[in-house]
Amino acid sequence: MNVLELRGVRAAHDGITVLHGVDLTAAAGRVTALLGPNGAGKTTTLRVAAGVHPASGGRVLLGGRDATGADPRALARAGVRLIPEGRGVFPNLTVRDNLLMMTRTGRTREEIEEAAFARFPVLARCAARHAGTLSGGEQQMLALARGLATDPAVLLLDELSMGLAPLVVARLYEQVAEIARQGVAVLVVEQFAAAVLGVADRAAVLVRGRVAWRGRPDDGLRAELSALYLGSPR
Amino acid sequence: MDGFAAFGIVGLTTAAVYAVIGSGLVLTYVTTGVFNFAHGAAGMMAAFAYWQLSAGWGWPVPVALAVVLLVLAPAFGLLAERALFGPAQRLGQAERLVMTVALLSGLIALARWVWDPNVPRPLPTFFAGRAPLRLGPATVTWHQGLTMVVAVAVAAGLWVLLHRTRTGAEMRATVDDRTLVVLAGGDPVRASRAAWILGTQLAALGGILIAPTVTLDAAQLSLLIVSAYTAAVFGRLRSLPLTFLGAAVVGCTESYLTGYLPQNAYLPGLRLAAPALLLFLALLAFPHRRLRGSDERAGRAPVPAWRGTALLAAAIVAAGTVLAAVLGEGDLVTYGPVFSLGLVALSYVPLAGYAGQISLCQLSMAGVGAVVWAHLGADGAWWALGAAVAVAALAGALVALPALRLSGVYLALGTAAFAVVLDRWIFTLPSFEVLGVRIALFDQGSVELAGPRLFGHRLDGGAELMVLAAVCLALATVAVAALRRSRYGRRLVALRDSEAAYATLGGGLLVAKVAVFALSAGIAGLGGALYGMQLRSVTADQFSLVAGLPVFLVAVIGGLGAIGCGLFTGTAYIGPVNLLVALAPGSQNLVALLPGLAGLGLARNPDGLIPAMRAGVRRLAQGLTARRGESEVPVEWWGVRRPWRPEDGEVLARGIAGS
Repeated sequence: MNVLELRGVRAAHDGITVLHGVDLTAAAGRVTALLGPNGAGKTTTLRVAAGVHPASGGRVLLGGRDATGADPRALARAGVRLIPEGRGVFPNLTVRDNLLMMTRTGRTREEIEEAAFARFPVLARCAARHAGTLSGGEQQMLALARGLATDPAVLLLDELSMGLAPLVVARLYEQVAEIARQGVAVLVVEQFAAAVLGVADRAAVLVRGRVAWRGRPDDGLRAELSALYLGSPR
Repeated sequence: MDGFAAFGIVGLTTAAVYAVIGSGLVLTYVTTGVFNFAHGAAGMMAAFAYWQLSAGWGWPVPVALAVVLLVLAPAFGLLAERALFGPAQRLGQAERLVMTVALLSGLIALARWVWDPNVPRPLPTFFAGRAPLRLGPATVTWHQGLTMVVAVAVAAGLWVLLHRTRTGAEMRATVDDRTLVVLAGGDPVRASRAAWILGTQLAALGGILIAPTVTLDAAQLSLLIVSAYTAAVFGRLRSLPLTFLGAAVVGCTESYLTGYLPQNAYLPGLRLAAPALLLFLALLAFPHRRLRGSDERAGRAPVPAWRGTALLAAAIVAAGTVLAAVLGEGDLVTYGPVFSLGLVALSYVPLAGYAGQISLCQLSMAGVGAVVWAHLGADGAWWALGAAVAVAALAGALVALPALRLSGVYLALGTAAFAVVLDRWIFTLPSFEVLGVRIALFDQGSVELAGPRLFGHRLDGGAELMVLAAVCLALATVAVAALRRSRYGRRLVALRDSEAAYATLGGGLLVAKVAVFALSAGIAGLGGALYGMQLRSVTADQFSLVAGLPVFLVAVIGGLGAIGCGLFTGTAYIGPVNLLVALAPGSQNLVALLPGLAGLGLARNPDGLIPAMRAGVRRLAQGLTARRGESEVPVEWWGVRRPWRPEDGEVLARGIAGS
């Protein structure tokens, strides 16, 4: 079932259109990978889906209901979790306070901490440290934990691999696959395709604001990827 | 021993007030990322409002307190957040800093307007009728006890709020990343509003507690904040316990200096300057973390064209000549500072505009120049003008040394502290001898300044001095333009954009910073000497921190990156003010508000007015030529006779689809 659906979404930055009608779906229990070269509009797509960037056209459907232009806070409370590019944590807050910030989503502090620490035991050991002092991988774990400990319906991940060692990235994506198996619709934006294609059930390639390819990752995507990225004639 | 304990109690009481104000400052800083220079001024307004309600209109004390603390202070905090700091959220650290300085300057002017500074306003202490408590050797009045209890309660309450509640976590999270707060379902706007309201309430509480023990004076009360800044800097702007410790150090130092400082002519100023000196030391001694919310957005520093510079210089000299010819002797004194204060403002251009170093003590440097000229240039020798520039430059180099460790808000605080030390202590010293050289300052009053000699003729008339000042401003403007175009100018801009990158390219931070501070202080010193000549006689007050704030504000409004800044500031600061007063004599107080009000408008135009005016002219010119050119190039010549534009493809496609 499609939890999140974008229909012909258009969006602009300072009057310059970057998304020219994007159609995209994310189904419950599946990992959907959104790939594409720099400046293709991947991050903007996620931001439109989470409500922090306005769509200038098209519709965003959440669980079949129209959520275009909805307040990002309302979307967050309804279960949409965007983990933004870079480290999605508050560096000057402790790990515990970072988790505390998620209590607006209806879970109590104890429930969130229990869920987060069960999934990432390393976080329990540094619960009183400022998030800014954690390693990059630990910060991403904290960001993921913040998103996961509150029963999301849709998880939007932006460049999870940025600045992390390949081994750490592989471990994080294992967690992402595990989350999807529990029935969450996961939409992953990734510039380095190899990192995510191992766990993705579906993939779409965004080139200059349009979906240039979509399907299963094993449908010959790897073969076509370089052509899509580099824009050579097909 | 009794005396020691008594001074200790007084010191701790003052410390309690500093702690309350300082913790409000830390609260707004950690929760909004804005270092509020006007924090003390908000407390000052609260003290005046409380006086007005309780003493002025005779309301009962509890009612007056409730109205000020629960109605007026929150309303003021909310207004400040909505009108100023909300819109300023997207601006850089420097612009936000300037807006709080504008608010400080504006509030002082407003308070002086509403409450005539010449009327004494005694305020009774709380529980004045009750007999004081005796604790061992010390006597504690009820007011002192209340103050300390309030401070402890504030400390505990704030700690619980910030570290034990979601609201507190949300306030701190808002500084880190507003979007992320929204993504977590929180409300960053509400969080920063709550922080502003609470911060203003704390400032108001501090102001009301301290007002009965000092004179109710707008500038003095606002600058009490220097002590609170010191406390906050002890806490490195984030730790509340250390802020309280810092407050205790400052309060007790002041109190014991009052009690035990030996009586002589040189030291009374030291006590007044003690908080500023401590602030200076604290800034230097403590390592500072990266500034919070420092999304540095450097302003533009355009390279001036030679033709434009020459035109500007010619315009300055022409304006000076015309003014000198037209104005009468009295008006010459009034409008004379257009060019000399313009020089002081121009000194900000290399320093703040190019090198990105915010200094609040440029007018104090001008004061140094004026003093040197007054003593050495009494017989009009030209070398004395050089000496004035050199001594001011030396003082500037001295300020540069702390600047090597400080940046942004901390540098602004350090230079403000330096200015306060000069105002309250150095400038008030009687003359003294160092190594056999007699050094005289303002002679504890005013000094007379005469004009220089040119070819045996003494330039002493207002008209002659005006032309001299205009010529000096024109020359300095050309020199600053040349500086911007030179290798050193490019280095300064590189330094501002990234100190680390500058250092890795092999640039010497020490030399570059000391040189730019010395250079700009030299320009300011020249301005100060000319300013003094035009006024004939000057006092230390005319070069104080508070007097310098409006000049800084107007310069920022003009645009610190533009060489026209000097002329703009001189004209905009002196011109409209005096014109308005001349047209409507009653408007004097309103006029004092103008620089502050204008500074608050900075959010709309962060690069300053001069670039905006230039862009306006250019757009107009482009609009005229573009409209003429449009129809002349036929479609088939697009991309050949005129450059291809991105939108042309769409225009063509539409045309083809339509046909």
